[in-house]
Formats: sequence, structure tokens, C-alpha cells
Amino acid sequence: MEERLFQTARDIHGLYPHVHIWGFPIAAYLFLGGLAAGILLFATLYYLKGKEDSMPFTVKIAPIFTFWFVIIGLLLLVYDLHHPKYVLELFTTFRIESPMSWGAWTLSAVSILSLLWPLSYIDDIEAYFHGRGWHQMDKITKFLRDLEHKWLIPHFIIITFRKYRTFFAWILLFLSIILGIYTGILLSAFNAHPLWNNSILGPLFLTSAVSTGSAFVMWLSNNKKERKLMSSIDMALIATELFFIIHMIMGMQAGPEAYKQAAHLFLGGEFTVIFWVLFVGFGLLLPFILEALELKGKHIPPALPALLVLVGGFLLRLIMVAAGQMSEYPF
Amino acid sequence: MSKLSRRDFIKISGTATAGLAMTPPLTSIMGAIFGEEKTPHLLENEAIKTPTVCEVCFWNCAGWTYTDKEGKIHKVIGNEKDPHSNGRLCPRGTGGLGMYYDEDRLKKPLIRVKGKDGKQEFKEATWEEAFDVIIKGMNDIEKKYGKESMALLFHGKTGPHFEHLFKAWGSDTMGEPAGAQCLITREAGFIATYGAGLASPEPTDVRNTDCLVLIGNHIGENMHNGHVQEVSELIDKGGTIITVDPRFSTMAAHSTKWLPIKPSTDLALLLAWMNVIINEGLYDKDYVAQYTYGFDLLKDHVQKYTPEWAESITTIPAGDIYETARMMGGASPRVIIHPGRHTAWYGDDTQRTRAIAILNAILGSWGREGGFYFPEKVKLPKEAHPPFPKPKWSWKTISRDKHKLAIMGITNEIIDHALPEYKGPYKVKGMFITATNPIQSIPPEDKVKRALQNQDFIVVVDTMPSEITGYADVVLPEATYLERLDHLRTAHHRQPNVALRYPAVKPRWETKPGWWIAREIGVRLGLKDFYEWEDFEEVLDWQLKQVGSSMEELKQVGVKYFPRKTPMYLKDGEEYWFNTNTGKIELYSTDFADWGYDPMPVYKDHGEAPAGYLRLIYGRLPMHTFGRTLNNPYLWELKNEPNLWVNPKVAKLYGIENGQEVWLKNLKGKVSSFSIKVRVTERIRHDSVFLPHGFGNKGRIFVNGKVEEMSRAYGRGISDSEMVYKIEKDPVTGGTGMRNNFVTILTENPHKKEELS
Amino acid sequence: MRYAMAIEVNKCVGCGDCVVACQTENNVPMGYSRDWIIEVARGEYPNLFMHFESQRCNHCDDTPCVRTCPTGASHVIEGGIVKVTHDECIGCGACIEACPYDARYFHPDGYVDKCTFCDHRVADGLDPACVSVCPTTCMHFGDLDDPDSDISKLIQSREHYTLLPEAGTAPQIYYLK
Repeated sequence: MEERLFQTARDIHGLYPHVHIWGFPIAAYLFLGGLAAGILLFATLYYLKGKEDSMPFTVKIAPIFTFWFVIIGLLLLVYDLHHPKYVLELFTTFRIESPMSWGAWTLSAVSILSLLWPLSYIDDIEAYFHGRGWHQMDKITKFLRDLEHKWLIPHFIIITFRKYRTFFAWILLFLSIILGIYTGILLSAFNAHPLWNNSILGPLFLTSAVSTGSAFVMWLSNNKKERKLMSSIDMALIATELFFIIHMIMGMQAGPEAYKQAAHLFLGGEFTVIFWVLFVGFGLLLPFILEALELKGKHIPPALPALLVLVGGFLLRLIMVAAGQMSEYPF
Repeated sequence: MSKLSRRDFIKISGTATAGLAMTPPLTSIMGAIFGEEKTPHLLENEAIKTPTVCEVCFWNCAGWTYTDKEGKIHKVIGNEKDPHSNGRLCPRGTGGLGMYYDEDRLKKPLIRVKGKDGKQEFKEATWEEAFDVIIKGMNDIEKKYGKESMALLFHGKTGPHFEHLFKAWGSDTMGEPAGAQCLITREAGFIATYGAGLASPEPTDVRNTDCLVLIGNHIGENMHNGHVQEVSELIDKGGTIITVDPRFSTMAAHSTKWLPIKPSTDLALLLAWMNVIINEGLYDKDYVAQYTYGFDLLKDHVQKYTPEWAESITTIPAGDIYETARMMGGASPRVIIHPGRHTAWYGDDTQRTRAIAILNAILGSWGREGGFYFPEKVKLPKEAHPPFPKPKWSWKTISRDKHKLAIMGITNEIIDHALPEYKGPYKVKGMFITATNPIQSIPPEDKVKRALQNQDFIVVVDTMPSEITGYADVVLPEATYLERLDHLRTAHHRQPNVALRYPAVKPRWETKPGWWIAREIGVRLGLKDFYEWEDFEEVLDWQLKQVGSSMEELKQVGVKYFPRKTPMYLKDGEEYWFNTNTGKIELYSTDFADWGYDPMPVYKDHGEAPAGYLRLIYGRLPMHTFGRTLNNPYLWELKNEPNLWVNPKVAKLYGIENGQEVWLKNLKGKVSSFSIKVRVTERIRHDSVFLPHGFGNKGRIFVNGKVEEMSRAYGRGISDSEMVYKIEKDPVTGGTGMRNNFVTILTENPHKKEELS
Repeated sequence: MRYAMAIEVNKCVGCGDCVVACQTENNVPMGYSRDWIIEVARGEYPNLFMHFESQRCNHCDDTPCVRTCPTGASHVIEGGIVKVTHDECIGCGACIEACPYDARYFHPDGYVDKCTFCDHRVADGLDPACVSVCPTTCMHFGDLDDPDSDISKLIQSREHYTLLPEAGTAPQIYYLK
């Protein structure tokens, strides 16, 4: 038999013998970042494809939410800091090798552009709200319009943005891809945790991010064509995710001992049920089937598969954050 | 190594791709807003260093207490000149400041309000009030039973202050667990052989040896600092180490050869080694011829103890016995069969340690380089005082008629005389207990408790509360060693030396040094003549001046060496008179023959665990000194939970998993108060379980003005003393063998059942 | 200059002196530790192997902790010592997640803390506290770039291993067999 044990006690609460310093806030941060990336990806992509008017929800309305998602995400990140009084350091330094630094800067940049993007569509948004009978939003849109018209600087910014919208769309498209990839890279950059440290986690998180973005549009859009398109895109993304998951676990199974143990977390270990039943079952397969049925003409409330995908996306991040910290090299 | 300037460390990046700072770091601004971070380090040149002698264990290493200008103790570091520590303290010494910082310490004198059964019903009192109760209590004992009926149980450097008090008052009924519960059998074994004991530190020349044999000795688990260091040097040198142990101990792991012996059969192995060494002519013939008595008798005696016979007893293959005997013979005389320290095991311990002494003798290692050196110590004159009154009876009266070599007060005899069923003339009716917790240190526990409850009056002087404080009528809070002055350390060593313990800081709360407490009681008992000084420092200064030094000097250097007066080793063929009847090393003990003990060690069987039971083996952890360091915050951090070592085969039998909580039940049916977590490990034999001594503290203590559990030590693990139900008394010394106790493992909480029924 | 540590596991008795010495030297708060000891035991009675490893930050050549730090609080100073500037640290935990040796922890004040190789002592020409107290002298500290240093000679002459070489961090604490 082989024993490895602590001769001197080292039970630092929440840290050792098992690191568990990241939990719900980081998972939520990754989820919201990914969701915002997904929404913005579709918005900018279809704008650049000239579908501004045929897909109004995707391009103009959905991005309203992204600013808030990103801000909540950033607040969660700051909330999770243990030494938050020095938080300014995060936004005054850029370290090219630190995913955390990339995240802070990308999210900051995205938050600004994702605020300007919907503001530049303020007329269309107002029209959309009126179309849905949401008159209570008038006050807000009026306030924003006044802001733009009465104040020189916001006016100038918005005018510029409108003028060079295509240029900004390219930038935002690029940033949203970076953001989507980042949410996966953040974890996979940590080679101390074999579960995170694989090349599939980045693409998996990106796919999942885009999938939650499509689900979000599918859920809230009132345009049937848009919904149908997003539904079929989402099905493709879910299929890709399944492929990545199987590929990732097989890859770890074929790896060294520490990686095998990481895979074991999902193959009989602590996360087996929550991962396969809740995430893969209810977060991927079930929405896939529902979307397929809907495409075949069965009446399925669109919110159902969308919400399942969204909850599944969050669950994936929560599981990966928790399980990853349990996956360690032997001490 | 070249010096880096502390403040000017250049910040460079770890890898080629540097971190890119977009703006200058906000450090200075942030620092201004949130307050500059103070450097937590006490730098070497800013420290105030006060000499100390460690009191966390009996090795008494000399060191320096580092304090800052505000008088805060930062650390304790070994004194490089000290031969006990060579500038390197063990974890307990390094963590010794935890004794000072422990918030559970006794802070004020306490006087019992009512009850006497271990319950803590005290009120806080002034020193005056406490002294009044003590004087009355001691005077009452004197009137009713005589002064001799007031016994002193002590340990450590505080002991001598109270020994002086007791002798001046007129009682010599005293003992320390360091005798009967620890090393008395070993001392007796060596005295019977060489006419000299070993004392502490043992004069083993480990540094220069070629072959070290450890039999039931756990250097590395016991942090007998100097020896641990010298064994390390031996490993560096590539010397041979042979370890005999039923456990795969730390030293077994570092040994050339490990002999996994069946517990209780050590003497069989020792005799078989003698058999091989004598029959193969591996012994030191000239040495044996010149210095020993009874070799032929020994030769005849060990003929029946062949390695093949020993194999059947010890389970060690005969081949290994031959091999190791030849290793020892090959290294002779640079070989040490280490005498060990806690040798009270099976009741024939003087005979076993005598076998060790004899083995060393025939290998010619006594008085030889790489064997045992002749230690020397500084003899300091004692302060002048009137002659001590002669008590009517003393510890000798109650020990020596039964045990001829009871060379120290036998604590368990004192306990026996304190029991209600004792009807003889030498009753113990009062106890003065300092720096020891007899509940754990003098098993069996039930007996000690009955003795304590039978006392008219008990005083406890200690730095920390423990189970024993619950039985006291008066508790006096002593200052820790970092806050007090004690006798100079004059322990013998390769070179005679004196070491000073000087207070680095003022005592916390209302604690007082032992010398002050003893003196105040003495003066109040009318013994002013025995205390013709106000401050104990005067005594030390006077003593030092008699040997050509002074307090002033010792405060500067901490440790001072004096020249040797005699050679450290025997010269070849040198005439030497040993302090025995024959003037020679007695392989055949003439005293033992006279007294009716076996003149040469005879193997006796000690029985085996009954079916379903396991032998209880207890031992040490390097970071704790028995139970007394458990609550020390630093050492508590290192190890705060003991484990019960169980062999995987046994674990399977009992259906126990690693880490599972279990309870122990001894052969008498007593169940442990607390549970312990199992460590399933191959490092222990299948017929035994092992647990470290000192855990399982269960005293509810009066601390911080109310009765509560000690904040750290309470209720962790099992106390081996609680499980000991049987003492195998060594007839020669009265030493208490505690390794013939058997336990079984309970997997369900036995206390829960009691509550339900 | 490249500071490193060599630890002779054939001598270590696992006493924990290095751990306490670090705590008192560096005022490590109660409940935390910058170094610790692992016991490794193998085999079946009576054919057994056992040793202790005193572990701490490996002051790696390839430092994932410094790499993942978003603010530059984690950095490398001269001699390859990895340090954390407390008032640049935001306490995000990235470096803790990045370290395969679990060498870092959140100080109760919020910032990340770890072994510094006692650079304040090294600056004065002293050994780190853990090395300086070790009763078995199983720990050695020095400059690997100096071929004549004790540590260079030890590493050249003795069989050794490092912890988790597969994590790719090029650790600078060498365990001598």
C-alpha cells in the first residue's frame, strides 16, 4: 500500500487539503460573460450580413441586455476578490499572460461598446417597445434621447458611433469572440488543475457561450423567422458541445494519472450525476430534442428549450469551476 | 553568498514576456490611503536577545529569546555555542513562545470553593490569600500526620525550588514521573553494570560512532535534540544504524537495517546478540579481560540463547540476528547500543537495560570514542543555609526496602501510600504538585484519582491548567520559562558548561516565577534562614562568581564552557576503577546476586494479547512533549489530532476504514472517553496498535474566570494513560512497566449506548 | 543568481521545526502555514519505505502564479524568488489556482501570502528561517549559479528529484535521496 499524508496539520479553511476558493460568483461571471459574448456575436454578425432590419431583435434589442450582464459579471468578480480595496490595480495594469487581466480589460471594453450599440438604435428600440405596448419604457428612452440631444459629448459619441457602426461592429464581433474564448481560457490556463488544463475546454465554453446567446434570442424574440434560425443554430451548437465533451473526457482518460482522476470525477466520481443527468440530459439533450420537435412543427413553448439551455450553460460553468478545483496533482 | 540589499530588490519578471504596466503602479497612492504595511519581521540587528534555557522538554537546550523594542517576544532561537542544541532548537523549542502567548494559561491564584473530585470550583484570589490557605493546609498536615505526609510531585526546572522548600521544612517525601515512569530502570541497569548511571543528556558518542543500535528508541520521534543532530551526522557519514522496533518508526526508515520485532521480546534478541558476539569471538577481548567481571559466567549463561531460539521468540529471522551481531562486532568498539530513555515497559526493564549495558561492555564501547564518553559537569557550590532537618521517614523509606535500586523517589509508591486502603505508618495526606499532571503521567488513572481524592490538602503550581488543577485546593500560576529565572543548567556533557535562563519579559498577568513562590511560602513557614536572599539572581551570581564567572558574563554569552578535568575516553590499557563491588564492569552483578535478583538477565515471557485484543503501544510525536504542549498554539498547529495506527489486516478484520473514528476498550472493560481517527498503515505490526502519548485531554478547567474546556487541547483523541489498567512493576527499581496492556477497537460510539439505556 | 533549496529526505525526521520557525519568523497567522510536511510510506510490512518531505513554494523557473496574476503583484525578484506585493494584490485567487503545489493562501487580511525564501534574511546573508533551525541539517539553501556553493555541489553529487515535474514549472526545491 502507498500512503501520502500530512505529517504536520495543514487544514487552512477552504484552501487545503482541497482548494475551493472559486464558487458561484466566478461561475456566474463566466456564464454572464459568455452569454453577453453570444448575444453580441449574433448581433454584430447579422448586422454585418445586412440583416439589421430582418432580424431586429437579434441586432438591435438583445444587445440592450449585454451591458447589464457584463456589469453584473464584473461586480461579481469584484465581489469575489479577497483584497478588493486594491481593485483599481486590476484596471490600471494589463498583463498579457494573465487571463484574469484579459478578462477585466475585455469586459470593460465590451461593456462600453455594448452600451453604445443599443443607444445608437434608440429610435428603433423605442419603436419596438411601442410595438409591444411597453409604454412604461417611454420615460427611459426619452431620458436617453434627451441625454443624447442636450449634451454635446454623448451626442458626439453617438453620432460618431452611428457613422462608423460597421467599423465598431467588426471590433465588437472580435471582442465578443475574445470574450467567449476567454471564459474558457480563464480556467484552462491553470495547468495545476488537470480537469481545466486541456485544449477542449476553451472551444467547449465558447460553443456553450454562443449557444446560450442563441437561446436567449430564441426565448425573447417575437420574430418567428429569427426564432427558427436561432433554434437550428442552437441545435448545431449543442451537437458540437456533445462532441467536445466526449472528446475531452476521452482525452483525459488517455492521459497521465492526474488526468484520469480528473475524468473519474465524471465517470463514477462526485460529479457524475449532476454532469450527465442535469447538464448533459436536461441542459443539452432535452433542449435539442425539444428544438427538433418544434422544427418538425410540434407546438413547444420557445421559452422551455431556451431556459433549459441557459440553465445548462450556467450549470456547466458551476460544475467545471467546482470539479476543476478538486482535480489536482497529488500533493 | 553575496548580499542583496533588502530595500533595493529589483523587480524583474519571471519569464521572457514581461508584465506590462500601463500606468505607474498605484502602490504608493494606495499605501497612502490604506496605511503603509509594516514589515512583520524582526531583523537580526534590531532584536534584543536574552539568554534562555528551554523548558518545553527535559533536554533543556540553551537559546536566545528575541524581543523587539516594545518588549514583544518574536522568536526563540538556539544558542550556537550550546552543546545540547548547537544553535538549532527542535520544533517545540522554536514554538516555545506559544507557552507564553497561550491565553488559557493560569493567570491568578485560585482557591477551591467546594468539592474535591476534579471539578473546578474555584475563586480567584490574591497571592496573600492563597499563601494563607497554603500555610494553614501544610500546618494542618504537620499537626495531624507529620510533615512527611506532605509529598512533593514535581518535574522540570521548577522542581528544585520546591525541593529546597520541602527539605527546609522537613519533608523528603518526593518523586518525579521522570523516574519510575521513565528512565529509572535504565539508570539502575547501567549502575549495576558500570557503577554509573547515564543521566541526561546520555553520554553516547553518536557523532563518532560507526554503528548505532536503537532498540525501542525513537530518535526523531522523540526530539532529544543533540542525539537527533548527531544521528543526522552519522547518516551523513554513512554509518550503520540498526533499529529494532515493532513499528516502522522514523528512524527505522532511515536505518541500514530494521528488525521488526514482536513486542515484549527485546531481551531475547539482546541475549542472542551476546550469544553470537561471544561465540564468534567478535567481542573486544582485551577490554573484556581488563575491565569486566564475570565474562565466563556470561558466556555459559547465553549459550542457550541462540539466534535460532530468538527467532522463535522475536519473529526476527536468525540470519538477521547473526548479520546484525556481526555488524556490531565489526564496528567494535565504535558501536553504541543506545540505552533509550523511557524504558519502563514490561516489568523486567532493569534486566533488559542491563543486557544493553552488558552488550556495550563486551563490545568495549564504554569510555571509548564512538561509544560512551565520560561526561563532565561543572560543580557549582550550593548557597549556604542551616542544615536541613531530618525527616522521620522519606521517599527512601517507602521505596528502598522493596526496590534496592530505587535511586529516585518512586511516584507510584507515593500514590500507593496516599490511597485510602493504605493503613501503614507512612501515610501521604497532602500533595504539592508542580509542572506535572499525574492523571496522565502516573497511570493507572483510576488509582491516581482515588489517591488524590483521599488527600486533605493539594497545592498545584503550574503555568497551564490541566486535569490535576481540578483536584487542587490552591492553584498557583507560575510564570513560563521565558519570563523567569531558574537554576543554572549544569548538565554534564563532552565539555563542562553552564547555561543561563534569564527572563526576557515581565511575567504576564499575576504569574510569578517558581523561586519567588517557593521563597514566599518558605518565609511564611518560618524558614527565613533558608532564604537569605531577596532575589534568586543573587544566588546565581554568587554561584557563578565561585567558578570565576558572573551573571553579567552569562547574560552576554548564555552558555559558558569550563575546561575538562579528566579525559573523555579511556586510554589504551589505562587502569580504571569502576564504582562497583568488584571495581570492574560487572557482567555478572554481585549486588543483584546478593539482593536476590537475577545476576545476569534471564529471558521471561510477557504473554500475548488475548484473542480479539491488541497490544497498546504508545510513543512520541516530535512536535509535542507529552500532554503539556498540546494547547501551545504553535505546536497545536503542527499536530492537533492523534491517529491510532492499525495494520491493514487488522483494519480488514474489524471492518475499519482509514480515517474512521473508533473508540478503545481495554481488557478490564474500560472504554476511552473520546474517539480517535484510525490511520490504516503498514508501519505497525498486526498484533499491536500505536498511539502517541499525551492526547485525550479531558480536564474541564477553570480558565479565564470560568469553568470551560481548554480551547485547543480538550477532547482530541485518546489518552493512552486512560487505557492503561495494569502496571508491571520492575522489582529492582519500582519502575512501572506500561506496555503489557491490551485493548480492542470499538467502531460504534459506546457512550451513545449508555445515554440511551 | 538563482536561489534554490536542497532537502535531504534521508535525514528529515518530519518534526515540523521548519514550519514553526517560518511561523514565528514571518508572523504567519494562526491557522495558516507557508510550509508543511508530507509523509510518504510504501510497501508491505516488513518491506517498507518511508520518508518525509518538507514542502513549500518551489520558486519555480516557470511561474504559472506570476503568469496568471492580473496586477503584477506576484513577481519574481533577483535570485528567482517569487514574491507577492501585498498592496498590489487584489485577492482574485488566480495564482492560488495556478500553483500545482498549493503553496499560496489568502492571508486573513485578504492578500495572497506565501513563502518568500525569507528574502529579508537572505539580504542579510542568513539562511531562510526553516533552513537555519532544522535539527537534522537536512535543508540547504544557496545560489545554484555559483558552481562552488554547497547546494550546487550537493545537487551535482546526489541523486535527486523535484515535485511534480510533469506540471512543467521547473521547481527549484530539490529533494536529495
